[in-house]
Amino acid sequence: MELKDLIKPENLVYEKSKVQEDTYMHYCPGCSHGVVHKILAELIEELGIQEITVGVAPVGCAVFAYNYIDIDWQEAAHGRAPAVATGISRLYPDNFVFTYQGDGDLASIGAAEIMHACNRGENILVVFINNGIYGMTGGQMAPTTLEGMVTSTTPMGRNVDLNGYPMRITNLIAQLPGTSYVTRQAVHTAGAVRKCKKSLKKAMENVLAKKGTSFVEVVSTCNSGWKMTPIAANKWMEDNMIPYYPLGDLKDSVKGV
Amino acid sequence: MSEIKLMKGNEVLAEAAIRCGCDGYFGYPITPQSEVMETLMMRRPWEETGMVVLQAESEVAAINMVYGAAGSGKKAMTSSSSPGISLMAEGISYLAGAELPCLIVNVTRGGPGLGTIQPSQADYFQAVKGGGHGDYKLIVLAPSSVQEMNDFVNLGFELAFKYRNPALILTDGALGQMMEKVELAEFKPRWTSEEINENWGSWATTGKPASRKKNVVSSLVMGSEEMEANNLRFQEKYRMMEEKEVRYEAFQCDDAEFVLVAFGTSSRVCQKSVQIARAKGLKVGLLRPITLFPFPKLVIKELARKVKGFMSVEMSAGQMVEDIKLSVYEAGSNARVNYFGRMGGIIPSPEEVVEALEEKFSWEISYGVKRSY
Repeated sequence: MELKDLIKPENLVYEKSKVQEDTYMHYCPGCSHGVVHKILAELIEELGIQEITVGVAPVGCAVFAYNYIDIDWQEAAHGRAPAVATGISRLYPDNFVFTYQGDGDLASIGAAEIMHACNRGENILVVFINNGIYGMTGGQMAPTTLEGMVTSTTPMGRNVDLNGYPMRITNLIAQLPGTSYVTRQAVHTAGAVRKCKKSLKKAMENVLAKKGTSFVEVVSTCNSGWKMTPIAANKWMEDNMIPYYPLGDLKDSVKGV
Repeated sequence: MSEIKLMKGNEVLAEAAIRCGCDGYFGYPITPQSEVMETLMMRRPWEETGMVVLQAESEVAAINMVYGAAGSGKKAMTSSSSPGISLMAEGISYLAGAELPCLIVNVTRGGPGLGTIQPSQADYFQAVKGGGHGDYKLIVLAPSSVQEMNDFVNLGFELAFKYRNPALILTDGALGQMMEKVELAEFKPRWTSEEINENWGSWATTGKPASRKKNVVSSLVMGSEEMEANNLRFQEKYRMMEEKEVRYEAFQCDDAEFVLVAFGTSSRVCQKSVQIARAKGLKVGLLRPITLFPFPKLVIKELARKVKGFMSVEMSAGQMVEDIKLSVYEAGSNARVNYFGRMGGIIPSPEEVVEALEEKFSWEISYGVKRSY
């Protein structure tokens, strides 16, 4: 049997989403961003919402998210994506608007914007990639960097007396009445990817049903910033990140509670 | 049938926004302009035109909400006062970099820092030279009456969309708080989705129909050559504004030997100063720039060839005077350029302006000729 004989529609088991651009990603091998982008593209296609979707890209490694998913995008200033998404969503209430932000963007410089957007219950999805480090600028400490974790600005490890504690911002978000669904997921195994996709789908359906803010944290690796191989980074994340940032739903309720 | 009312400048900004078909206002309270949002909230335009009014958690958030709305092809505006505009400077730079049209109003107060809540013009540099980071310009309109506060809301939006650039109304606490007779604009409907798609569909993030490529609103460019090309395009746009959009008012300049240059509140003071000076036999005129960027360079150059001197009258330490000096220098004229101003929220009196003119131009007044150096 020749290869060409195998390439038939009935033999197709997996296909790249048409909403995902046919291009190389700039992310490092082993990075979680690519997987989350892929899931988002698949869900936008599955839900048939490409024409009403507007993404807001952050400043950070995902600044180029707009190169990879074939939808309208706005690129926000550092940390301001929830405010930008507010402006879009308020004027296009029937569009599906989401922000895609890292831990420095969302939990540090953009802490005020995310809190207030979630508190107002803006009808948006927030995708929060938490890898405990600033990837794009070269591996500095993030608000979510674990105690003792070495980064370029904590070369002796994060010292809580100097730097404070790793922030579980998703737990704070879950306290806000404007949010309806708040969850923490990961994408380091096939099972985790499936669960994460299920959560993101639910979050997107909530927004389409105008249920207020849905917030999905994805505990992620940054093997370049962590100075590890992708496999070692996944292991380190399981052993260190997930105990501090446990996976699962933090809130599944209705807006106003 | 036009509607004539007695209204506060700040209230008129709100009313004019509703009437010109503004889609969204995002703001944060700050004296002396809080009446803009208060008026909007009382008027409830969302019931009438569908306009969205939202109190943001900060000026930083407000300007980024404007960015999101403007990036979607909507008419979005914000208003604030000096310290709040400083907080917005980042967002304004991004708006200029992403070439988004919007309207920003600065009802200026005295600075620096928390300063005073009284009127000031000390944000001139911030308004006309950029204000945030990077090489950019705003279209800056300076009203001098409540009527112009009304008129410049619509004009600001028109120019902003014409050039895909933020426009800024630079006014002050006196004009914001004073009540005057105003002829309100006729109601214009908000743009429909079809109009937005037709006019701004090439860049606005309305949601991507199958018929077009995706739109990406961004100010990020990785290659320096590409970024320089962007900058050159912006500079060409600013040059076009200088060529086409200069607005000013000349008051008794035809026979003037001395010209006061003033905008906004200080130009109102100077109208009276011109009368006082003329009663004293001094041939004084007033040039009132209406657009601060583009600055009315040409008319100053023309005047520079025939007058003995200019005096910039400002409620600041002397900022616009630098632009007047540049114009006079470019004209190759040796007309002298002086400055007189008050700071910290004080409005100069017409009499002290005339006194300053007499003192600063005592040589020219005494000897009747230009002083040479």
